[in-house]
Amino acid sequence: MSIALPIVDHPKAARDFVNNVPRSHWHDDSLWFVRSKRDRQAQSIPEWEYLRETASAIKRHTIAKLPDYLQEFEASATRMGAVVHWASDASEHNAIVLNLLRNSGAHRIIKSKSMLTEECGLNEYLIEHGIDVVDTDLGERIVQLRGETPSHIVLPAIHIKKEEVGETFHQHLGTRKGEADPQVLTEAARGHLRGKFLEGEVGITGVNFGIAETGGIVVCTNEGNADLGVSLPRVHIACMGIEKLLPRFQDLAVFTRLLARSATGQPITSYTSHFHGPRDENSELHIVLVDNGRTKIRDSDTFRDALNCIRCGACMNTCPVYRRSGGHSYQATVPGPIGSVLGPAKNAKAHKSLPYACSLCGSCTDVCPVKIPLHHQLLAWRKELVGQRLLAWNKRVGMKAASFLFQHPKLFAFSGYWGRMALRILPKFLTHNRLNEWAIDRDLPEPPRQSFRAWYAENRGSETAEKTE
Amino acid sequence: MKNVALFVPCYIDQFFPNVAISTLQLLEKQGLTVHFPPSQTCCGQPMANTGCSADAAPVARKFVEMFSGYDAVVCPSGSCTSMIRTHYGDYFASDDEQFIRVRDSTFELCEFLVNQLGVRNMPGKFPHKVSIHSSCHGLRELRLGPCSEQMTPRENLLRVLLESLDEVEIMPITRTDECCGFGGTFAVTERETSVAMGVDRVQDHIAAGSEMMIAGDMSCLMHMQGLIRRRDMPLKVMHIAEVLQQAAGD
Repeated sequence: MSIALPIVDHPKAARDFVNNVPRSHWHDDSLWFVRSKRDRQAQSIPEWEYLRETASAIKRHTIAKLPDYLQEFEASATRMGAVVHWASDASEHNAIVLNLLRNSGAHRIIKSKSMLTEECGLNEYLIEHGIDVVDTDLGERIVQLRGETPSHIVLPAIHIKKEEVGETFHQHLGTRKGEADPQVLTEAARGHLRGKFLEGEVGITGVNFGIAETGGIVVCTNEGNADLGVSLPRVHIACMGIEKLLPRFQDLAVFTRLLARSATGQPITSYTSHFHGPRDENSELHIVLVDNGRTKIRDSDTFRDALNCIRCGACMNTCPVYRRSGGHSYQATVPGPIGSVLGPAKNAKAHKSLPYACSLCGSCTDVCPVKIPLHHQLLAWRKELVGQRLLAWNKRVGMKAASFLFQHPKLFAFSGYWGRMALRILPKFLTHNRLNEWAIDRDLPEPPRQSFRAWYAENRGSETAEKTE
Repeated sequence: MKNVALFVPCYIDQFFPNVAISTLQLLEKQGLTVHFPPSQTCCGQPMANTGCSADAAPVARKFVEMFSGYDAVVCPSGSCTSMIRTHYGDYFASDDEQFIRVRDSTFELCEFLVNQLGVRNMPGKFPHKVSIHSSCHGLRELRLGPCSEQMTPRENLLRVLLESLDEVEIMPITRTDECCGFGGTFAVTERETSVAMGVDRVQDHIAAGSEMMIAGDMSCLMHMQGLIRRRDMPLKVMHIAEVLQQAAGD
């Protein structure tokens, strides 16, 4: 696609969210609560690290042999009566889905949560073509009613407070003004969605896992909305990224044990639904396999492991930056650490600030159930961006200067001495002003009179240090 | 182990000489001959973490040249040690023997004392309520302690040394290993988020009843000390080398 995407400026996009301290703390605490639940679940499994290792190995193997497994999957799924479609990018995917809807004369679709369809912009596309799209996941429905996008891949409405949901439901579903009781609001959504389920003509779902051996697909939800959404209509369209494959049915167990524990700290999702072909001879099951940049990532030795991702969201829950800046600050379908790897893969220029929206703390790498070396990949992206000359010139020049300084010890000692001297004698308004980003919110360290190297030269004189001081 | 080199990170050399002096004295008290190669400057991490590999490479090569020929290189920073051990591979051929020797003989201070010298008891007393800040690179790249995300049991090496002192009371914080938000240039490019992360860390330590936050990395402490001073918060910060040296009464 040749559309010029707006360039994301993460620090700017994060500013309002992070500076609203009560809100930022509330968001941080909510996600830390989920992370803590995940820790308790992981602690309850003695073989946790072994499971991660195994899951990672299965994914690497699958991605290495992806063409074979995709063909095996197509053959098995077709044998079960499903129709398999291939889409090389988002627009092909959207066109295939629209065509299927036209063929079945459908105008109202009900859709369970699928990050792939978010990635492809399916909702907007279908609405433009006159199709009524209803998201049936509660969080997604809230976001949809508000005209927003999900801020988290598992918890799409995690950035919205219950009072705000109450206001949205008051406007759209007619609940009492000021109603903020989660039980009441959920009941209202349930009643509203029940009607939509009954009216739905085609059900669309995402896919958590596809099994090459059996041709089956697995959809995991907590609300049962995927099951209801495909049980009533005659046609089920399942949209699936090509990296969602697993070779054998027995491999699935490794992942169902990791997925919900990592995602929300539950032992397993409330519903783990298996679909093997259409449910009867009058029904249809269509599986749309989507590449949309995945083979490009597969070609890269550095970033290939990002295709291990099972979209559990654990890296978001643990990321100290994500928790404080909110998912929308990434302005990408997938936010957080994995989103900051996938975004630049799609468009490096548009997402160049995302690999820098990271303190390189490495928590994401350790929490990831499929062992994607996330913080190493974020660092690798920075190198890639510099290579593509996408780093701002002042930073490039700054680093060149630093490199020169560090290669010249005498100059380093000399500049250090005068720098410290300046800090000591200059008035604070000159050293701590708006031009010094460090000192806007933080004091500089008190400069000592003597550097260590000068002290060493004086006190351990045998090896002469720089005599500048 | 006879011939030990001291690597003093650039910001410690310039802003926190006492941390380096304490490190030197701690090592000398172990009976080691410690050298400070005088033309050392920086490990190159600021450039590397910005993605400027071409600017980091000559600094890394100079470092390896300068520090080869010692039995061990000791550094009072987990982050700078990790730069050498985890990230220098980008700048050298994988069979470069000089590089491999330097990489495998470079240690963070606590790790060197506990794992290389077998020290588990430090002399002296430190009659304070303290708390530990476990720095990310020391933890998740060098594995100098248990990582809360992983289910692998590990010993916190800084804690081993700290709790061997008399009269010290280590207060438990709620988030044992969350990042303080320093992150090198991150502290400047993502200032607002960095500050929010740091303030949250400081408050966790204060709420634990700690008088003093102790860490093995002065960079995290420099960031949090800056936040503490600006806000007049009731917490001191201290590098583990200074704590051990002060406890010994020198």
